[in-house]
Parts: sequence; C-alpha cells; structure tokens
Amino acid sequence: MKEIKVGLGTCGISAGGKMVYNEFKDKLSQNNLDIEVKQTGCMGMCYNEVLVEVVDNGDSYLYSKVSSDNVEKIVNEHIIGNHPVDEWIATSRKNIEKDPFFKKQKRIVLQNCGIIDPGSIDDYILYDGYKAIKKALQKYSQLEVIDIVCNSGIRGRGGGGFPTGVKWKFSYEAPGDSKYIICNADEGDPGAFMDRSILEGNPHSVLEGMMIAGYAIGAQEAYIYIRAEYPLALKRLKTAIGDCEKKGYLGENIFGSNVSFTIKIKEGAGAFVCGEETALIASIEGKRGVPRLRPPFPAHKGLWQNPTNINNVETFANISWIILNGADKFASMGTEKSKGTKVFALAGKIARSGLAEVPMGMTINEIVYDIGGGIKDGKKFKAVQIGGPSGGCIPASMGDMKIDYEEVTKTGAIMGSGGLIVLDNTTCMVDLAKYFLNFTQNESCGKCTFCRIGTKRMLEILERITLGKGRENDIELLEDLAEKIKNSSLCGLGQTAPNPVLTTIKYFRDEYEAHIIEKRCPAHSCAALLTYTINENCTGCTLCAKKCPVNAISGEVKEIHEIDQDACIKCGLCFNACKVGAIDKL
Amino acid sequence: MTVLKIPEKKREVKNFKIDLLTKKDHKGALIPLLQSAQDSYGYIPEKAIYYISEIVKIPAARIYGVITFYSQFRLKPLGKNVIRICEGTACYVNGSKSVLEVLQDELGIGLDETTDDGLFSLQSVACLGCCSLAPVMMINDETYGNLTSKKIKKAIKEYSFAK
Repeated sequence: MKEIKVGLGTCGISAGGKMVYNEFKDKLSQNNLDIEVKQTGCMGMCYNEVLVEVVDNGDSYLYSKVSSDNVEKIVNEHIIGNHPVDEWIATSRKNIEKDPFFKKQKRIVLQNCGIIDPGSIDDYILYDGYKAIKKALQKYSQLEVIDIVCNSGIRGRGGGGFPTGVKWKFSYEAPGDSKYIICNADEGDPGAFMDRSILEGNPHSVLEGMMIAGYAIGAQEAYIYIRAEYPLALKRLKTAIGDCEKKGYLGENIFGSNVSFTIKIKEGAGAFVCGEETALIASIEGKRGVPRLRPPFPAHKGLWQNPTNINNVETFANISWIILNGADKFASMGTEKSKGTKVFALAGKIARSGLAEVPMGMTINEIVYDIGGGIKDGKKFKAVQIGGPSGGCIPASMGDMKIDYEEVTKTGAIMGSGGLIVLDNTTCMVDLAKYFLNFTQNESCGKCTFCRIGTKRMLEILERITLGKGRENDIELLEDLAEKIKNSSLCGLGQTAPNPVLTTIKYFRDEYEAHIIEKRCPAHSCAALLTYTINENCTGCTLCAKKCPVNAISGEVKEIHEIDQDACIKCGLCFNACKVGAIDKL
Repeated sequence: MTVLKIPEKKREVKNFKIDLLTKKDHKGALIPLLQSAQDSYGYIPEKAIYYISEIVKIPAARIYGVITFYSQFRLKPLGKNVIRICEGTACYVNGSKSVLEVLQDELGIGLDETTDDGLFSLQSVACLGCCSLAPVMMINDETYGNLTSKKIKKAIKEYSFAK
C-alpha cells in the first residue's frame, strides 16, 4: 500500500508544491493507480522544498527539491516499478535519525507537522489527536491540569518566558464568571516563522491546547488573534475549527462533559505592537492596538475587563504532549530553568534553513553547524541574531553558549519567539542594527515619548554612521538614549527596541568605530563607504564601462580601465558585471 | 446575521456580512467590519466609515483613528495587482534592497504607490514568514521566493500580460 504526501506549507507552495501535487494526481490517474496524494504541512526542511514523501510498505522515502518534471520518473520507477529513485532521495523515515538535519532534533511540537494532513481532523485523531483533552476532562480536575503544566516547567514560547502554569493559575483564581483564552498568533518578528508552520502543519494541536487551557481556567470562549499576512494558516485554522464544531469537539458539552468551549478567529490588521498582550486585547476589542499599563494584568482584567489567559501558538502546541506524556517527561528535557524544547526558525546565511526543534540548552554551534550545515557558500560565521527586533546579535566567538532563557538574556539579547538569523562576514552589524531600529521605530505605537521620539533619534544617528558622517561621541549618545528608552517605555516593544543596537555595540564596537573614525565599513556593505577600484586583472573587455550608469569608467579596449571616484555613485553594477574579478570593493 | 449594503457608484456592489448577533461581538465588530468593507471595495471608502459608524455607534473620527493605526487599511484604492516585498531580516541580509530597486525600476513607482495604468501597487510587509526562501515577495496571494532580477521581471511580465 503506497501513499504520497506533498509538503504544502507556504514555503512548499512558494517553491512550486501545488504544481507537483497536481502533477502527481494527473500521472497517477493516467496510469489508473488508486493511490492517495495527500497534502501535509512543513516538515521543517525548507531548504529541500518541494518535499515529497512516498510511503511504501512501512518505510517511507523523502524526495527533496522535487519539481513537476521529476514526477513522471518517480511515478514510473518508484510507484509502478518499486525502485526508489535513490539520487533524489534526501532520507527515509527509517534513517531519519541519521540525517544530519534531524539527528539532534527532538520533536514534540513539530512531531506531526509534515506527517498528517492539516486539513483532516480524522488524520489528527489517528495520531493520538484529542486524546489529551479527553484525558484531562475525564481524569483530572482543573487544578490538577494546572499542576501538571506547572510541574512540566514550560515557559511562554512567545518571548517573555513566563511560566505557563503560573499564568493559568492566576486566571483560574481570578474572580469572574466569563473568562477568556486568547491564542497569540500575531507572529510579527521578522525572521520568525515557527508559529505559521505549526498552524499550517498541525492546526488541531493548537486548538487542543486551547481546549485544555479553557477547561483548566474555566473559560468558555476563546479567540485566536492571527496575522492577516498568513492567509494559508488562517484558512487551515478555519477548516480545523469548522471540523471540530461538526464533531462536537467545540460547542456545548464537549466530549460529553459539562464543559462548553468555543473558539473564534480574529484577524489582525497589520500592527507589530499587537503582539504585546494588552495591545492585542485592545485590538480584539476593536480599538487602536495601544498597550496599557500593567497591573492589572490580563489574568485579572483582560478582554472586556474579564480574566483572560494569553499564550502563544507554540506554547499551546506543547500542552497536549505534556498531558499525554506527563510533566516529568517534559521536565526531563532542557536545562535547570528552561524545560522542554524550542522551535527555532533557522534562516539567513545558512546552508540548511528551516525549522529545527531542539531541547533547550543546545549550543549555538550545534544548531548552526550540526543542524544547519554551517554557512552558505563557504563564508565565515560571524554572528546569530536571535529574538528579532527585541533581541540581539551573539557573536560566533560565543558559539559554545547554551541557548536557554537565562543564558540568552545574559548576553543582552532575548530568547524571543525563536527566530535565528545566521549572519556571515558580509553582513554589516551597524547596518543590521539600523534595520531593526527602522522596524521598531516604524512600529512604535507612539504612546510613550521615549519610544516614539527616542527610537527616531537613534535611527538618525545610525543612518549618519552608515553614511560615513558619524561623529566622535555617537556611540556614547546611542548608549545613553538606549538606556532611557528602555527605562521609560511602557511595553515590551520600547523596552527591548534598543537591544539590537546595544548588543552590536557590545560585541562589535570595532565595527562602529571603523565607520565613525576611519569612515570604513569592514563588511563592505554600507554603500556610501565603499570605494571601487580596478586592479591589474582587468582585460579591458569594457563590460564594466558599458554597465556603469553614470559613465564613470574610462579606458581603451584591451587596456586597464579606471574609475573616476568623483563621478562614481557606488551602485556596484561594475563589480557584479566583471567576469575576471578585476574590481576591488574596499 | 445582519447584511449591510453600501451603495457605491461604478464599483461592483457587494454585500458584506458580519455576525452582530451578540452584544459582545458588537463591541469588537469594528475591525472585522472595516476588513469586510476593504475586501469588498479594495479600500475603505468614506461612505463606509459613516455607515459603519452608525452601526457600531462609534464616532467616525475614532474609526478614522483605528484605520490609520493599522497598516492593512487603505483609504485609497489599490492597483489591480498588489506586490508586497518582504522586509524581514532574512530577506534583508539576502538582498531585499536590490529586489526593491529592481521593482521600482521595472514599474516606475516607489513604495506605497500605484502605476498609472492601475495594474500594480507596490507595498512592503514586515515579514512574510518564508525566510528560507529569502528574498521573497508576494503578488496578490502568490508567494515568490529566491528572487533574482530575472525572476522578478518574469513575474511582472506574467501579470502585465494577464490583464
């Protein structure tokens, strides 16, 4: 009995997954084969998209980088001829433990992503789905559920790292008849995509976690606040909720208990600050998403002034595993204060980008080299950016650092939601800090003066540094402003906005100084600080002169050319055009 | 279920619906209503603001405040095809700046502008979440990854011909 699964997450679809899917259906029906072609979510091997899994008598084979041209051969040789096309196979399920990308991973949240059909509730049930909520309802009291979550040691996966069980307890104890559960799916950190992949690959796991939370704290209504930029995740969530309602898993008296629970979707409207819990609540209420002072915490006064428990997608996706496998088993993974696993979105200048779920406490080097396969194009590993715009850059020299909440915080970055952008020696750290500050400055809601104006001033300083107009005390000025913004902002956005600047100053001060004092960009990235010159390799082919938009390059055919530095606008077209490496970028 | 109709000249009139049954939903209905209005018209016409204001009993000025707070909402119509360039970190370090340059050159417009023929609008978005395919852009609901200037030009041509 064979079965074909095509990875159709956003990443798979962008790589052409739908065409592959259709091609398989066509080819199978042409050959009158009654074999099911299933869609699944992201397996995490984004670097290998489009991924196709052929399940074949107990084992299964993962075909990587499949295009619709490959389909016919796979169907003819593997499906019909029973000879797997070895040269296209990345790994097989039996050997998955040996695959370098999977070897060091421990998959809890992602265990069924890429295996089950996210559009089918029956598929989820087949893989132990909705067993945990049944177990919780039948076996445990509300407080017992909260105790299990407390004992597991799980902490908020959205970035804050607050113990989830404690948060539940607050909402449970808060007086009030109507309580709410909110799932924060407003994954706004640039560079983070694990929540999207979970929602696309296994939406029911999030719903089940929410149901268990609802039962535990006594909430009957729940909202999922999801980014409008995730159309596929939204679609799959809607299907999942609809299927649950049809089966009676959502609504009155779920699973034959006296508990009622409904889940509604609220689409975000594009504001990064709405990832902050009080801003998110304001947005659900239909207002401008502006944070407010805490206390009162949402656990006491949240949505419409009622006790509200907010957790992130990944947190909820862990819950059913904890209930089924027990708190101890979860707590046995990770470090002393950070338990369980964390999903990281590996991207940037890395060879194998994708989603990696690892036990807390794995070192940066293990993630970058062992799982991620090192740096792309043989360049030098410079730093990782962790935690998005609230986080910071950790240099390669600290690669032995274990990643958990405490260790990351010590560096001046934060764990954040789990974006891990790998940088090589062509990335300018000042430019990167500028990029993040530009982002937070744009997304500041404007309520607090220091966040609104302070980030703007910091951005202006960084801009002049990258333009070669930096002043002598600019670094100190940045540090001074940063501290004031951190101390005088109400919410996490402002309090963490200076982190990318502070960590890059901390670990890459020499780069700032090179920009300011020597007017030089060591990474050769800041255009205004570059000088293009032509060396002896020049064959006089005139290609660069033809490409130059301002006619700054002169020289006779077959003679060494020259660039007029006053006329040069540093666009880099000559550098890209030269085929003999005769143009130096300094 | 209440069905709302907003008459609008020339443009196709669609009904947009929202569940206003319970009082609680009524309280939080503003943003979903604005989203439906935008889905129907491609932007939020002034008339819609006044109409929604009557339904949710919130002053038009405050609704305007909500509209301008969220980057999703537009007060002007968009082009037929919307190109969104990802400005996420992974895209940034993989050259999204030059993607923007190519697009600007090809279309002759800047960010948040629409071509004269009304065919394309150019926008940026914080992160599309396809970081492994960086640099990425989206045209309408289609995502394009691992962009090169060739790929960008090809994609734009496809949409230009598909008028």
